[in-house]
Amino acid sequence: MSPEGLSKPEYQVPQEMQNQVALTTLDRLYNWSRKNSVWPMMFGLACCAIEMIAAAASRYDLARFGMEVMRPSPRQSDVMLVSGTVTKKMIPQIVRLYNQMPEPKYVIAMGACASSGGPFKEGYNVVAGVDKFIPVDVYIPGCPPTPQALLHGLMTLQKKIESQSLKEVSWYQKGPGEPIPVPVLGPDLIDMRKAALIREKSQPVTEPEEAAVAVEEAAQNGELPAKEG
Amino acid sequence: MTEATLINPLDTLVDQFPSGWVKKDERPGYSGFIVEREHLLEFARTMRDDFGFDYLSMVTASDYLAEGKFDVVYYAYKTIGGPALIFKVQVPREDAVVPSLVALYPGADFQEREVWDLMGIRFEGHPDLRRILMWEGFEGHPLRKDWKEPFYEEDVKPYKSRWPEGKPVNADDRNPFNDNVQYPTGFDPERWVPEAETLLYSGLQRTTHNEEFKTDELIVNMGPQHPSTHGVFRMVVSLQGEKIVDLKPVMGYLHRNHEKIAERNTFLQNMPFTDRLDYTTSMSNNFAYALAVEKLMGLQVPERADYIRVLMAELTRIMNHFFATGFLLNDLGVYFTASLYAIEERELILDIFEEISGSRMMCNYFRFGGVVRDVSDEVLKKIHNLVYDRIPRKLDQFDAYLTNNEILRTRCEGVGVLTADQAIALSTAGPILRASGVPYDVRRADPYSIYDRLEFDVITGNHGDIYDRYLVRVAEIKESIKIVKQLLRDIPSGPILAGKPAYQVRVPAGESYGRVEGPKGEMGFYIVSNGKPNPERYHVRAPTFINLTSLAPMSRGEKVADVVVILGAIDIVLGEVDR
Ligand code: SF4
Repeated sequence: MSPEGLSKPEYQVPQEMQNQVALTTLDRLYNWSRKNSVWPMMFGLACCAIEMIAAAASRYDLARFGMEVMRPSPRQSDVMLVSGTVTKKMIPQIVRLYNQMPEPKYVIAMGACASSGGPFKEGYNVVAGVDKFIPVDVYIPGCPPTPQALLHGLMTLQKKIESQSLKEVSWYQKGPGEPIPVPVLGPDLIDMRKAALIREKSQPVTEPEEAAVAVEEAAQNGELPAKEG
Repeated sequence: MTEATLINPLDTLVDQFPSGWVKKDERPGYSGFIVEREHLLEFARTMRDDFGFDYLSMVTASDYLAEGKFDVVYYAYKTIGGPALIFKVQVPREDAVVPSLVALYPGADFQEREVWDLMGIRFEGHPDLRRILMWEGFEGHPLRKDWKEPFYEEDVKPYKSRWPEGKPVNADDRNPFNDNVQYPTGFDPERWVPEAETLLYSGLQRTTHNEEFKTDELIVNMGPQHPSTHGVFRMVVSLQGEKIVDLKPVMGYLHRNHEKIAERNTFLQNMPFTDRLDYTTSMSNNFAYALAVEKLMGLQVPERADYIRVLMAELTRIMNHFFATGFLLNDLGVYFTASLYAIEERELILDIFEEISGSRMMCNYFRFGGVVRDVSDEVLKKIHNLVYDRIPRKLDQFDAYLTNNEILRTRCEGVGVLTADQAIALSTAGPILRASGVPYDVRRADPYSIYDRLEFDVITGNHGDIYDRYLVRVAEIKESIKIVKQLLRDIPSGPILAGKPAYQVRVPAGESYGRVEGPKGEMGFYIVSNGKPNPERYHVRAPTFINLTSLAPMSRGEKVADVVVILGAIDIVLGEVDR
């Protein structure tokens, strides 16, 4: 065990004891241990997952970062690597998996698809980025990102973990966090958080007044004017 | 045998049927026969039983909006080799019903479901006509030409600027919901009752009650997030104890609308998209697509380019089979150790791909009429080292540790058996078909590129079980090495592209089908051009999608632990299954 990154530089530890003793803060100790054992969820979506496998294999060797323990169960994992195109048919499961992960949990959007829809963005079954539903911590560009890029993304995540403070992290606040509502497969994907908007915009346009109100409201909400009518 | 007896019986086919039943397809650029809808079944039966077209390779449809009709297109082959029998049924758009061929060719099962899902053509007599890629309840049939996606911009690319006057326009902002969705008018999300997959579960065979033992009946959902399913694939399994009574695959979790996007793209823009079909074998996908378009354009590929193409395709095969074998072992429970060994050499091949194409996986390397960049002598040297040294050594390692490994043999022998007849009927392709003893390899049956000059054997198995599939894959690596050696010896110098490189190609009107023997089976592209810069119809015959038809027949009666291995031996890649 090397105390690298653990000791606070302000405290001087005598040279001969540096391998045995570290003087640090609770925050640092907590983050130091967390960041060196980030367990990813074994969860491959598309092409990017193949590069994720390559990153885990011997040449790039994720194990150097304490991340080789891929867990097939969301309950045991710390980070969800969304490695590929997120489709409408799949997103309910992804949200459910995310809800099942215990805090602290992180999400990495690997590749263009997971970040924004990528080359398939215009597709009718494609979700334009996993961040439409779950919060993302690190975005990795590329199609697919090379294993090096993935490693860089994971190191960025480590930096983020390092910068968090026990006092502020959401999972030690009062009360449990709210799960994200699972989207529903309807005539198209239904995000239940937007139910009101969907109902309103889908109304058959009968009276011009109504449409005008809808447009006004949308403008107030910061949306662009509705197309219909 | 005299010349006369070699006359293609298809030339006189029209005369064999009562008048009007069968017509030659005489549209310019088209070929094959047009069969009356009422007589399709009879026609297909005659073709299968009397003419020997025992292998229905592809079923698809194209939408001719202007003429108000659909063409349902069938490609059948003989497993003894030779050209295709193409037949079509034309149906009016408002009455889109066609008799199902599942009873004659069980391999049409998933493909007909796909046509129903995406085109909305009903197949009468299909035993289980449900949507396959989209979910039940989805609004509309997306591949119809008059169906528009939520992010619709224009009919075809290149689109108008997305940065008018230097300001980026985001697709999300143009949509009223600020997202990639659209709903029918009057839709109320709170009143929507989601489809509970009753059709799926009610179609599942259940166990009959057993008086002797008290066994529980169990329905297990494996996937879409499951470590053994190679991605986002789902199987619904009904079990009696540990025995599988029935299995239904559920897919579409990675349906990325490749075909719809491709029909908006220009021809060349589709090349990088083909990389992402079967993302472990991008070179071989490029190959099939290039062949299909070249056929329409009548392009001749320069010698050197042909050599480079085959070289890349065979390296891809080697890489893929290593990958498949490694992950088969993973599925057997050799948790990761074996696959780590198996994909070691893959990295070296990827280095070569990166050097010549700029990308490890998504090579985008082929062009119509050749390849995009030349291969340097250093790269050839690297390939030389690989096939003379590294890969044979790895194969020896395989033989030493695996081929006669008792555990591997016990787990694999006699499991997931497919007889030759079944394999043909279910339209399986690639190592699965050959492991069942059918020596069908597109490289031999219908040679393309320079395969007719190359020396290699078509590997077959005898038992059609998982062990034979493993053996076939390993032996095919050896054959590929043999091919690569010949190519390295004979590769000529010269140009690598016919004509000048161009962003926009002129493709004459007509239809074509280009196919190669990909590592996973027959990879084909069906393309209809109307002379414009974009394909009118673009369809992918994805080998693993069709190979999956055989999953349920292979799994019934096996133990639940074996189904993971059976799936692993099919070697699916979801990017291609779902497209
Ligand atoms: S970003 Fe590219 S490589 Fe990754 S999943 Fe999307 S298409 Fe595939």
